[in-house]
Amino acid sequence: MSVATAREISTPRAEMAPRRERHKRWTRFVLPVYAWLVIVYLMVPIAVMIIYSFNNSGFKKVSFRWLGFTTTYYKHLFAIPDLTASMKNSLVVAVVSTLIATAFGTLWALALVRYRYRGKQTSEFVMFLNIAAPEIVLGASLLSLFVTFGVPRNLVTIIIAHVMFNVAFVAITVRARLTGFDLTVEEAAKDLGANAWTTFWKVTFPLIWPGILAGALLAFALSIDDFIITNFVAGATQTFPLWVWGVSRVGIPPQVFVMGTLIFMVGLLLAVGNIVLQRRKAREG
Amino acid sequence: MEQHLGTGVQLVEHRRLKLRRRLAPYFLSAPGSLWLLLFFLLPLVFMASVSLQTGNLLQGFRMTWHFANYSDALSLYHVQFVRSLIYGSIATGITLVVSYPLAYWIAFHGGRYKNTLLLLILLPFFVTFVIRTLAWEFILSDQGIVLGTLKHWHLLPQNYHVLATSTAVIAGIAYNYLPFMALPLYVALEKIDRTVVEAARDLYSSNRAVFSHVILPLSLPGVFAGLLLTFVPAVGDYVNAAILGGTNNVMIGNIIQLKYLQDFDYPLASALSFILMAALLIGIFIYARALGTRQIEEYV
Repeated sequence: MSVATAREISTPRAEMAPRRERHKRWTRFVLPVYAWLVIVYLMVPIAVMIIYSFNNSGFKKVSFRWLGFTTTYYKHLFAIPDLTASMKNSLVVAVVSTLIATAFGTLWALALVRYRYRGKQTSEFVMFLNIAAPEIVLGASLLSLFVTFGVPRNLVTIIIAHVMFNVAFVAITVRARLTGFDLTVEEAAKDLGANAWTTFWKVTFPLIWPGILAGALLAFALSIDDFIITNFVAGATQTFPLWVWGVSRVGIPPQVFVMGTLIFMVGLLLAVGNIVLQRRKAREG
Repeated sequence: MEQHLGTGVQLVEHRRLKLRRRLAPYFLSAPGSLWLLLFFLLPLVFMASVSLQTGNLLQGFRMTWHFANYSDALSLYHVQFVRSLIYGSIATGITLVVSYPLAYWIAFHGGRYKNTLLLLILLPFFVTFVIRTLAWEFILSDQGIVLGTLKHWHLLPQNYHVLATSTAVIAGIAYNYLPFMALPLYVALEKIDRTVVEAARDLYSSNRAVFSHVILPLSLPGVFAGLLLTFVPAVGDYVNAAILGGTNNVMIGNIIQLKYLQDFDYPLASALSFILMAALLIGIFIYARALGTRQIEEYV
């Protein structure tokens, strides 16, 4: 018995060394190189956008050929009134829809985490469907509703649509952060005589604030970038992605790439700031 | 205690509190769920209703239970339907194969740079979807950076082109939706208990066996979530086909938006999107039943 066991152990052990080596080569060299190649591939269009926002190709349209470095289009960012107006619309829609979706989504998440109630499972399933449903169907069905009732399409219908596709995302994001939340802190506040309102603002809100912020940022990002749904419910109103889509057949003016670069930079700054904050918190905690 | 409950005021107060606790979840969830009811579920009903109407924009549409809209939709556009499903499947397959090793590397060998690496994968999302796709049109154009250079060095024939081919569309879709696949994969791989992997190693399992018997099965929920989150938008996409595909790669999304927004043929358009939704929802439903929605939501 003991001999057999010893043999069984010794054979794989002898094979172990070269195998480990092979494994090391794989994880130290092949995988990282591959991963960085994919990451570079993901960066390519971003690089193209940023580089070509500096290409001196004239105000009419960005040229495929490199014609020299310039920052002119950054200085004349608002030279195209329609583009500026569309950007303004995008920001209005993003801010308003984010505020509404974040408020509604947070309340919903509170209900889901705190209580057992009839209809909870149904509402979770509806949320899931809303997230899983193809965007084109969301846009098309909403347009069917508006057409049926003769609702004129404008900024309001766009905001309605954006809240619709954001509210479930916010609820799920906030719920994820709420799940580990210690309810006894609230009990303690109530025992000390705080009413429901004070308890929420002084105890609950500060604790779940990071989750709410994460949900709001996600909603804002989804809203400012949305094309597919917005295209259906916008009518003649233009948002930034819609305007870009509209001119893309004729040729895009360089300011489009400038705007894109600026949006990208803002997003990047927020994300890096978030990582730095988390690191600092982790170190302190 | 008895005295306490005995007083009528206390009892009423107690009941009111209980009622408030019972009603609280409904008040809290009302705004959000009403919004989804009015602007997500109800529209689906109206889309179904419009899909059975006849008429035109000038004279208005009337409900005629015109089921022929559906047979028309299928007989006229089955090619685009099938094409969308094929392109969507290939693109989803590509994203899975491309991003699995990447997610694996970050989850198991990312060390303290995990968050930074994840951010790098998410960076494309910070660029407007339409602009991302336009950038690919730039890159792949016949005389652009890649093809132009290769043609200049005579490594490619002069008439070689990528734009307006199925390759361009599928590559575009795969690029745009890759993070949807990579993220759930990463989350699933990251969650795997390292001691289980250690245990397998201690039991002299080979690296290949560790992967195929431990890591791969444990990451399957992420794979499923990723497949769903990528496939659904990929099939419904029309931006990539419109910008990169030319005239021969029209997908069902392009037809739906054309019928709705340019031809104003609402009934046919509604029938088309209803078919698309039904096909995808049945798939999603089976999927969710098999796996549980929570399982998938965790990876959103």
